[in-house]
Amino acid sequence: MSHKSTYEPKTGFEKWMDERLPIIRLGYDSFVDFPSPKNLNYFWTFGGILAIFLVIQIVTGVILAMHYTPHADLAFNSVEHIRRDVNWGRIIQAAHANGASFFFLAVYIHIFRGLYYGSYKAPREVLWILGVVIFLLMMATAFMGYVLPWGQMSFWAATVITNFFSAIPLVGEGLMVFLRGAFAVDNATLNRFFSLHYLLPFMIAGVVGLHIWALHVPGNNNPTGVEVKTKADTVPFHPYLTMKDLFAIVVFMIPFAWFVFFAPDILGHPDNYIPADPQVTPPHIVPEWYFLPFYAILRAIDFNIGPIDSKLGGVIAMFGSIAIWFIVPWLDRSKVRSGAFRPMFKWFYWIWIVNFIGLTYLGAQPAEGVYVILSKTATFYYFAYFLIILPFLPRIETTLPLPASISESVLAKHKTEAAE
Amino acid sequence: MKKLNSLIGAALIAASGMLAGSAYAAGGGEHSGPEAKLIDWTFGGVFGTYDKAQLQRGFQVFQEVCSACHGAELFSFRMLEKEGGPEYSEAQVKALAASYTIQDPEHIDGERSGVPADKWPSPFETVQDAKDANGGVMPPDFSVLAKARNVPQKFPNWIGNYFTAYQEGGADYIYNLLTGYNDAPEGVEVGAGQYWNDHFHGTGGTLAMAPPLFDEMVDYEGEAPETVDQYAKDIAAFMMWLAEPDMTSRKALGFNVLMFLFLFAGMMYMVKRKLWSSVDH
Amino acid sequence: MATQSEKEPNRRDFLYVATGAVGAVGAAAVAWPLIDQMNPDASVLALASIEFDLSSVGVGQSVTIKWRGFPVFVRHRTEAEIEEARAVPLDALKDPETDAQRVKEGHEEWLIMIANCTHLGCVPVGESGEYDGWFCPCHGSHYDTAGRIRKGPAPKNLVVPDYEFLSDTVVKIG
Repeated sequence: MSHKSTYEPKTGFEKWMDERLPIIRLGYDSFVDFPSPKNLNYFWTFGGILAIFLVIQIVTGVILAMHYTPHADLAFNSVEHIRRDVNWGRIIQAAHANGASFFFLAVYIHIFRGLYYGSYKAPREVLWILGVVIFLLMMATAFMGYVLPWGQMSFWAATVITNFFSAIPLVGEGLMVFLRGAFAVDNATLNRFFSLHYLLPFMIAGVVGLHIWALHVPGNNNPTGVEVKTKADTVPFHPYLTMKDLFAIVVFMIPFAWFVFFAPDILGHPDNYIPADPQVTPPHIVPEWYFLPFYAILRAIDFNIGPIDSKLGGVIAMFGSIAIWFIVPWLDRSKVRSGAFRPMFKWFYWIWIVNFIGLTYLGAQPAEGVYVILSKTATFYYFAYFLIILPFLPRIETTLPLPASISESVLAKHKTEAAE
Repeated sequence: MKKLNSLIGAALIAASGMLAGSAYAAGGGEHSGPEAKLIDWTFGGVFGTYDKAQLQRGFQVFQEVCSACHGAELFSFRMLEKEGGPEYSEAQVKALAASYTIQDPEHIDGERSGVPADKWPSPFETVQDAKDANGGVMPPDFSVLAKARNVPQKFPNWIGNYFTAYQEGGADYIYNLLTGYNDAPEGVEVGAGQYWNDHFHGTGGTLAMAPPLFDEMVDYEGEAPETVDQYAKDIAAFMMWLAEPDMTSRKALGFNVLMFLFLFAGMMYMVKRKLWSSVDH
Repeated sequence: MATQSEKEPNRRDFLYVATGAVGAVGAAAVAWPLIDQMNPDASVLALASIEFDLSSVGVGQSVTIKWRGFPVFVRHRTEAEIEEARAVPLDALKDPETDAQRVKEGHEEWLIMIANCTHLGCVPVGESGEYDGWFCPCHGSHYDTAGRIRKGPAPKNLVVPDYEFLSDTVVKIG
């Protein structure tokens, strides 16, 4: 619901500015008087949490770059120099490293909320697609950032990930060397990763701007999936949602602070405290936890599919598992938007969530024995959810009756609460 | 309250994802050797602080035993003065540093006596020298070694680590390794210059380091027993400090930060509730 | 649950103001580390003061040592140089300072100065110039045997850092 601007310039300066660059009007309409559904639950606070984490990562990252040295011989010790010598360095570095984890934690919740409540459906397809673009940029940024401390895991992660590209027929090998700037991962790779790791967050910020723009055209989805009909369905963004988001942000900071101050390395791998050594691969190489589901999918393809060998197949499956999110708005054929009114969908959805967490677990396990079978099954279900369940479930599913409006659903909820 | 439940739900889902993925951090997987013994370190947990006397003993072990082969390139003498560390006096550190010769290409003689700002001198001039003197294996640098090691723990024991903020896996590993030399199990060939250790790599294996500690090898000034077990604990604690010298102040600050966040979250909740009390939602 | 609360404007206002204040304290507490990290770190501060053994510097010799990233001249002056410096009348100086003000009592033979020309920071060349002291080749400033500016664009004498003699042969700079 694109709404009419209610901004009225009060001071002379505001009037003067409004006629030239209506930026105050934009801010006012977007973050003050933006009408938002009044029935949003706490899952809707993760957008705000993510915005804060983008800021945390950029601020701490710019600071770390002031003290970091992107050179293969010096990088490892320069990170350790930050930890032990720079004022507050240990905490700033821990906030940045754990910030990445919590950023992903929040983005997964944000994405899964969208999947449950059908937030990707018309008219919010572009909003959703921009979100997937942000997620891909985040993955690239996080990966390149992980390489910078130049420990064993950094080095071998860079080796493995750049090797993905060698799977591409004909140009693959050349592309890999091009990306590395050397035949093997080396100083040139570290330098360019540092440069790009600095650049990409600003691109993320740009796409986030578009994402918010695309949100403000149709307005927020809400737990009922029923569009806003009248003013009675909404509250102004400020102060209602600003304060609610702020509360959620502060709560989210509690576990974040727990990790930063008391267990800054628990989410990382001890091997990354061993300086990079191109001669020795660590016995278990694993990516950071937030990449594990996709890593499990990569490894699940250990067989050739016709002309596609298992290596290329794995890479296609892995990238495909995210690329498929781009077309989710068209794969889901249900007329009902919110999962809350889809009794069968709920089951498949929660199985998918458990399946996703399972893939995370499997990605950390050695690729042997029962784990291989489980990974294949979980990979199958991951794709089946998007390619079979979302398109065909609506044909057999009887959905629950939808409320006429958000206000009505709120009233009905109060009635049942009173009855209990 | 219902909405708060959804938040808690979200937190649980998210946390399970994070925990599922971090299984490897605890070394998850096969485990054949004897279970590692976990020590109740003074620096464990939210209120953990280093035991100054233990760090001083550990430094003594490092100085008299380990540093013959192991370097610590990020260890500056000045760190020994630090609050929350071994807390030697300025004069002690100055005297200690001065007793070492530092290679300094900028100095007229190419070397000079050390000052507190200097790094601990490496026992070998080159990596090759180090390898030659140690049967072809480079003795690992001690600077962050305690953070580069961990003890394997079985599922589901490691889940608790996230709630106790267990970051002492490296110290536990070092303790277990130093006390883990043993006869090789049946059927395991131990090559020349190799020694069996029940805890090497967490699962047992052979390594090139001969058992480095013996009872009564280092003379302690105080009451502490002069046993391998005590030496192993002390050097492990020292190495943990060396890898994480600011831990004490970080944890103390963290406690204040958490208290603040709880207070602020409580106030924000009241603000939010007050605001929304007039909205039917 | 969602009943209209009683009108309590004072309590409500207090809650908002108090929460805002707590938030502001939190924001300030976060801001400080982010600013303070730019200050010199522990490895830099550890070298903020250095000790130097003078015994290796013979009469008429000078060495340049590094202190806080600056080059520092340590000159073991000859009797003649000291005499020459003392003989200069104060009113002949652009930046009037007696020789005694530029050295430590009892250690007049030692002249310790930051080796950056006070004009634009070049390092002057020793035992040269028109006054037997230092000459800065960048823009032609001449310093005498006490490191005082005598001629050229530099406005001030070469800077004497804080230092003290720990013994007859060891000096602590900074």
